[in-house]
Amino acid sequence: MSHAADPAGTVEAVTRTPYKWGFATEIETELAPKGLNPDIIRLISARKEEPAWLLDWRLAAFTAWQAMAEPHWAHVHHPPIDYQDLHYYAAPKRRAGPARLEDVDPELLATYEKLGIPLRERAILAGVEPAAGEAAPVAVDAVFDSVSVATTFRATLAKAGVIFCPISDAVREHPDLVRKYLGSVVPQGDNFYAALNSAVFTDGSFVYVPPGVRCPMELSTYFRINARNTGQFERTLIIADAGSHVSYLEGCTAPQRDENQLHAAVVELVALDDAQIKYSTVQNWYPGDAEGRGGIYNFVTKRGACRGARSRISWTQVETGSAITWKYPSCILAGDDSVGEFYSVAVTTNRQQADTGTKMIHIGRNTRSTIVSKGISAGRSDNTYRGLVRIMPKAAGARNHTQCDSLLIGDRCGAHTVPYIESRNPTAKVEHEATTSKIADDQLFYCRQRGLSEEDAVNLIVNGFCKEVLKELPMEFAVEAQKLLAVSLEGSVG
Amino acid sequence: MNTIVALQPAWLREGAASFLARYEGLRARLPGDTAVREAGAAAFRARGLPGVRDEAWHYTSLRPLAETRFAEPLTAIAACDRLMARLPAIDAPRLVFVDGRYRDDLSVVPGAVAVRVGGPAYGSLAQPERDNMVALNTMLTGDGAAIEVAAGADGGTLLLVSLGSGGTAERPIAFHPRHALHLGRAARLALIEVAIGEGVYLHNPVLEATLEEGAVLTHLRLQDESRAAFHLATLYADIAAGASYDGFTLAVGARLGRLEVHARLAGRGAAAHVNAAQLLGGRQHGDVTSVITHDAPACISRQTVKNVLSGHARGVFQGRIAVARDAQKTDGYQMNQALLLSPDAEVDSKPELQIHADDVKCSHGATVGELDAEQLFYLRSRGIAATDARAMLVRAFLGGALEPIAHEAGRRALEAAIDQWWESEAA
Repeated sequence: MSHAADPAGTVEAVTRTPYKWGFATEIETELAPKGLNPDIIRLISARKEEPAWLLDWRLAAFTAWQAMAEPHWAHVHHPPIDYQDLHYYAAPKRRAGPARLEDVDPELLATYEKLGIPLRERAILAGVEPAAGEAAPVAVDAVFDSVSVATTFRATLAKAGVIFCPISDAVREHPDLVRKYLGSVVPQGDNFYAALNSAVFTDGSFVYVPPGVRCPMELSTYFRINARNTGQFERTLIIADAGSHVSYLEGCTAPQRDENQLHAAVVELVALDDAQIKYSTVQNWYPGDAEGRGGIYNFVTKRGACRGARSRISWTQVETGSAITWKYPSCILAGDDSVGEFYSVAVTTNRQQADTGTKMIHIGRNTRSTIVSKGISAGRSDNTYRGLVRIMPKAAGARNHTQCDSLLIGDRCGAHTVPYIESRNPTAKVEHEATTSKIADDQLFYCRQRGLSEEDAVNLIVNGFCKEVLKELPMEFAVEAQKLLAVSLEGSVG
Repeated sequence: MNTIVALQPAWLREGAASFLARYEGLRARLPGDTAVREAGAAAFRARGLPGVRDEAWHYTSLRPLAETRFAEPLTAIAACDRLMARLPAIDAPRLVFVDGRYRDDLSVVPGAVAVRVGGPAYGSLAQPERDNMVALNTMLTGDGAAIEVAAGADGGTLLLVSLGSGGTAERPIAFHPRHALHLGRAARLALIEVAIGEGVYLHNPVLEATLEEGAVLTHLRLQDESRAAFHLATLYADIAAGASYDGFTLAVGARLGRLEVHARLAGRGAAAHVNAAQLLGGRQHGDVTSVITHDAPACISRQTVKNVLSGHARGVFQGRIAVARDAQKTDGYQMNQALLLSPDAEVDSKPELQIHADDVKCSHGATVGELDAEQLFYLRSRGIAATDARAMLVRAFLGGALEPIAHEAGRRALEAAIDQWWESEAA
């Protein structure tokens, strides 16, 4: 069979590329015993030196979780998960004292070096300003297994009044803010995985941007699951006060292991009057091998509340990793004239399963939302877009436009689109469009004829297919995402 | 009690239990294949009535139905002149069922089509173990028509009429007719189903249609049930190579109405059109749910569903196009549009694509909105009264869906029903 006529073959070749972030770090880890019960929750709370209210909050979540059943409506299949066979707390052992960079285990720093995360504030420490054209500095909070190991640029941010720290620090240093907003967007009993997270979450990032402040740099959290048989349950809370602006990036990787690991995070965003939050994710958890062994189960609840008038929350995600993705970053558009956006690229290869999309709940008047979702399935994977647009009776003049496109590479994969549209206001306008197609032979032929290799041609076409989403990413992330797309699909063609 | 039923709310369980009790009382007297009936009963015992936690019934709650205790239709039936007068004026043979029972005196038996009545016409397509209402039908059905068009024959037009007449608020009745239709190779038929009635009743019909190679079925349905009635219809269609199913349903009646279609494109080059329009007002709830399965290569499916909703009405559309691995060169298109005419109306729409083949062309679209203010203004500025202008725009909105109906008399009947609906809305 000729190459040009066999894009499926090229995809296969692409997907054979090994996962590049699959190394494990040999590091001393403190593990809580396996299992989940009130004692483990007390232990987590004690380790984190939490106030009593937070322990009570966790225990309430645990009680709610016990009464809940795992959701089965998503288009994903996995063997039953034994929630008692997991460690709910894993922390790199560190020397006594605060987490200054010097105190961090060098092994750990080396890990982040390998991942290309600029943890050390080298340039800044040396007094070197970034040269023109170079990327602007990015403040990073790195979360290793369950614990935040280092946060950079805290001082610079503090000068602007921005709080960016591990959520466990925030509980101690800014208890009023945390107590006011924690669980206000995703309540403890929201869903099975959110309840589990609320009971056992160990760390994550906390951001508060005061009124009128434009956060001087991109904020970024880097998540890494390292230890065996652990789940990672981080919790991120971002509050943009009136008139403020923040852009937040999130990246994730995990070592290559044969067993499945659970990741059940919760992200809550709150935007007050005129505030803007831009939340970008490049999710590259270990997806499992070609036969579907191992990989992360990524069961994540992400939700933003546009509480204030004219506020705006924008989710952008590039999902290439995880064995199973179950994730619906949503916007509750309560403030009048508020705006919600969701831009997503989800790539699945081998035996990956993704069921992802968004929810746009229009409550306020003249609220607007845009959904652009691009699904790419290759190998034997299944890729589902599942999205809800709900117009409440008072949302006069609300607008939604949804565009969902699926690209199939190979004849053993599946692409599914499941939009839910609920409108209870006649003045609202809702539009949904979806298409499903494959890479056209004439497009491939055109590129090949101009001297592009099969793989470059597929990359070009896939990048073009995803352009509307990739352009929403911050610049340095967009470059990374394009590379990631290329790597994920490497070998899929030819 | 099994786990599905055990997790249901009490009112849903009690509703199902009342149907099961009815079955226990009647089983010795019910006609037809007892093995099929028993299997239906076993499925209903296991699944009960569907609840909103059941994904296929997410937007349609059967609570009002589950809380109604239905009786058997009485044998002595009042004259049906008033209902018969409401039948569309289509000059064609007709099979008339009153409260689910075949009425020889009201029917005009066709010549070109073989018909067997007296007892349920069970087919081979129904899936009672998956579809709760079909399990209920299989368990309690008493009558139906088996319609057969021989290979190569043209069956012309046939009316299949259901009249609901004997139910009252004090004594609601339930009937579950079970029909089967078989079109031989290259056979043709235009089947026009009409459901009308008065009073309080549940009409739960199942039709299983098998189209052999090259057969052509035009299937028009007019659902104009009593506004106090429940109408829950299920249609299965199996469409062989080169055969064509061309369906259109107009729903204007029933307090709670639902049409569930399972169409399977089973052979190369088969085609299905599953179109519908719902015009609902007051507190009506209407649901069109369809699953179109492409099981063979190079098949075409087209679906346009339009909702016009006024008052407190709620319109639901759930449509799935499923494309199997081998169904390359599939061409699937689905469009759902809703017009909300009042601030209290609601529309819920779930157009779904489930695709397992790569060389396919599938798309769907959905829009929801109100009448275009500019278009209204344009008409008003030319001296057209507000109600007429609205009627004109609504008719234009529906026009696209009705236009492809090739059956002249059938389309006129549906248009007349739309006009009548609009007059009663305006009044």
